Amino acid sequence: MKHYDLVIIGGGSAGLAAAVSAHEQGIDDILILERDRELGGILQQCIHNGFGVHTFKEELSGPSYAERFIDLVHENKITYRLNTMVIHMNNSKIIEYVNPQEGYIQVKAGAIVLAMGCRERTRGAIAVPGYRPSGVWSAGTAQRYLNMEGFMVGKKIFILGSGDIGLIMARRLTLEGAQVLGVAEIMPHSNGLPRNVKQCLEDFDIPLFLSHTITRIEGLDRVEAVQIAQVDKNFQPIPGTEKEFDVDTVLFSIGLIPENALTEEAEIDMDLKTRGPKVDESYQTSLSGVFACGNVLHVHDLVDFVSEEGKKAGIAAAKHIKDQLVTGNSFKTEANEGVGYIVPQIIHPVNVDTKIELMFRVKNTFKNVNLVIKKDGVEFRKLKKKHMAPAEMEKVILRKQDIEDVKESISLEIMEEAA
Amino acid sequence: MRKEEMICIVCPVSCHLEIEMDDNNNIVEVKGNQCPRGDVYARKELTNPTRMLTSTVKIVGAMYDRLPVITSSDIPKGSMFDVMKEIAKIEVKAPVQNKQVLIENVCDLGVDIIASRSMAKVD
Repeated sequence: MKHYDLVIIGGGSAGLAAAVSAHEQGIDDILILERDRELGGILQQCIHNGFGVHTFKEELSGPSYAERFIDLVHENKITYRLNTMVIHMNNSKIIEYVNPQEGYIQVKAGAIVLAMGCRERTRGAIAVPGYRPSGVWSAGTAQRYLNMEGFMVGKKIFILGSGDIGLIMARRLTLEGAQVLGVAEIMPHSNGLPRNVKQCLEDFDIPLFLSHTITRIEGLDRVEAVQIAQVDKNFQPIPGTEKEFDVDTVLFSIGLIPENALTEEAEIDMDLKTRGPKVDESYQTSLSGVFACGNVLHVHDLVDFVSEEGKKAGIAAAKHIKDQLVTGNSFKTEANEGVGYIVPQIIHPVNVDTKIELMFRVKNTFKNVNLVIKKDGVEFRKLKKKHMAPAEMEKVILRKQDIEDVKESISLEIMEEAA
Repeated sequence: MRKEEMICIVCPVSCHLEIEMDDNNNIVEVKGNQCPRGDVYARKELTNPTRMLTSTVKIVGAMYDRLPVITSSDIPKGSMFDVMKEIAKIEVKAPVQNKQVLIENVCDLGVDIIASRSMAKVD
């Protein structure tokens, strides 16, 4: 069985950044396994601009951003396999993959970086009534058809879910001549970035129906209409508020799920809230030598942060290979009142260089609140926040000296300001 | 003195901007921006709004049938559909280099349509 120092599962933004940074740390024996026919992952279908503002101080399209990293992979002669599906990974770090050139292969890895990304939730996840006509798509699939293969999925379109992909597809389809009749969002706030609501919907006068959902899809062979209705506090449709739209296509942009089938098979500890593995400050999972980064760990809004995470995971994997990662005392992070989750879930202060970033999401939209950081249940710092929303990932940065005396936990919670 | 609020769309950070204007609608100050581009955006958005435009063109001899393209700089918001019509007219042959100019001075806007990735020739 062939041995590699580092095997990276997934050649998208997280995996590429991990490969490049591990290589910079002197690890040459790297293998990237990618199931698509080229590197770059989902970036290749995200032809809109706005990528790389943090990483490259430029606004690039998705494919341009990917190309920067792909060029580095080529320059550094990092090995990769395309059209390659990893079918199993066990807890001895043996990976089984298949591809048309090599057939079935087993490799043993010194370290593994999980960078499989995420997949879209589909109509089945929310059980929308109606037949199963053609013309019902997840927004990302429609995006790939339009931007890479060159097919329009429809002419009159309704979109359920105000996630970024849905918003971006509303603009894209409008520019290509389709009529987008509206976007319905079950929550009282948009799930996409504010910039996308503005430049994808408002610029084109596409209505956004907040606190609305699709209650029925009409049509037997092809979508003929959708019925939407306003929902109450418990997300139940309110009778009498129905509206109907004659459309031939419905797109679902209703969330992303980290793609962790391999992680779960290897019995790695999972976080039920992120639906990704639990990791420590080094992005190491509960299985020693296995790291995770990018959307497989938790769903990101910005690719720049995915690359940043990939870079850190790559550096940590290199440390593991060189036997420089220490296991010592650890404590956990706790998402309390108003906070949905925190990554990382575990911190070994000994491995923290100078500072640690806690990435988190809030559960609701908040205005003028305090973000309270507690050490072992005792308030340590209070940060004023003007605006926080679930669609925007937040972070707090703690210095090494701030966390060295923590015994059990660091927690984050939102406190409404006293009137 | 009056205030306008808007969300910066320059990058995904989506800064919440507050713009102070005097009685003659002159911009006095832009607040809330985390970088200088927010200031530029707010001033433009209130006078002559512009957008970057991205789309695809037909490509032959490549791995895919479409090549992503982008405007070389921002264009007036009102000209997006005119530029889309010009983009729809062309077809390119692989190989194409990233940033290769595909349409010069599109719609006389002083802006080019350029490739937003490289695409190799395949047989």
